[in-house]
Amino acid sequence: MSQNRYVVVPTVTVLAVMKARLVGAVKGHALLKKKADALTVRFRQILKKIVDTKQSMGKTMRESAFALTEAKYAAGEFRHTVFDSVETAQVRVVAQTDNVAGVKIPKFEHIMTGGEGKMGLTGLGKGGQQVQQCRKAFLKSVELLVDLASLQTAFLTLDEAIKTTNRRVNALDNVVRPRLENTISYIKGELDELEREEFFRLKKVQAKKKRDGAIQDAERHAKGVSTTENGAPADMSGTPEDSDIVF
Amino acid sequence: MAAVKSGAPAEGSLLAIIGDEDTVTGFLLAGVGNVDLRKKTNFLIVNEKTAVKKIEDTFKEYTNRDDIAIVLINQFIADMIRHLIANYAKPVPAILEIPSKEHPYDPSKDSILTRVKIMFGGD
Repeated sequence: MSQNRYVVVPTVTVLAVMKARLVGAVKGHALLKKKADALTVRFRQILKKIVDTKQSMGKTMRESAFALTEAKYAAGEFRHTVFDSVETAQVRVVAQTDNVAGVKIPKFEHIMTGGEGKMGLTGLGKGGQQVQQCRKAFLKSVELLVDLASLQTAFLTLDEAIKTTNRRVNALDNVVRPRLENTISYIKGELDELEREEFFRLKKVQAKKKRDGAIQDAERHAKGVSTTENGAPADMSGTPEDSDIVF
Repeated sequence: MAAVKSGAPAEGSLLAIIGDEDTVTGFLLAGVGNVDLRKKTNFLIVNEKTAVKKIEDTFKEYTNRDDIAIVLINQFIADMIRHLIANYAKPVPAILEIPSKEHPYDPSKDSILTRVKIMFGGD
């Protein structure tokens, strides 16, 4: 392709098709642009939240670690009791989906199922209060971490979605639209060219007919035959020997 | 998402933990831990004797299990398998790097946070 256009036959029908496609491309571009904008707005909100939450996570985790140290001091070595009493998870997460401009974003929420299980009994002998406080501190951390995970997932999903949408927007704007426009102008040019050729041809036909008529008139005059002798005027269109002109 | 777990009310997904002893103890105390019938756990305790290979395998296993929605990993352990985490692109399960008791949180190492920083315009 010498020019950036589609290879088409330059006809009026194809021109109409190309025009329809251009309208579609422009509309699609506008819509995708809006989608990209909506996603970016959401993305920026999330970015801010992620940074804030990550920072507060550091603090919460520190508190949890301190609570654990306190519990250890009060209750002695209880980690083996903890490891042994693991059965089924009481803290779980449910995934829901959030919809932003047609992009599905998973969202986590933590849920507590069942009672405290065996964990509630840890440290019953001594240091129970500290152990329970430690438990609470870590529950708080889990809450925060689930929030953070949901933000992070949204971040990754949105990032991907924005990238693809922008790619499409740019493709429409920089590839499809110019190509369609080029094709349309090409077809219009070709059609104009055909029109001019046709006009020129007609003009030629007319000129030749005039010339032929003049020659015939001159011939008749030369023979000395009056035009009125035949009883009919010298009508060029009536002459049977005037055959079609073939170029 | 919710894989059917034996016996337990199969509702919601699990959190998985790869961490040092203290971190894991804390989260287990909070009730995150889960052991299924085949004695498969959703947590790995990493100490100085744990091989990096073992951490890598566990990480791969957790990220491919469909009953796990979030993987918590201590940042210093994440550093050991940084190549895996950097190449990890799936949104679910989400990988969260958390600080541990001995290792304070370093935002500049976090894979996600570095990307966030780039988005913000590298300040």
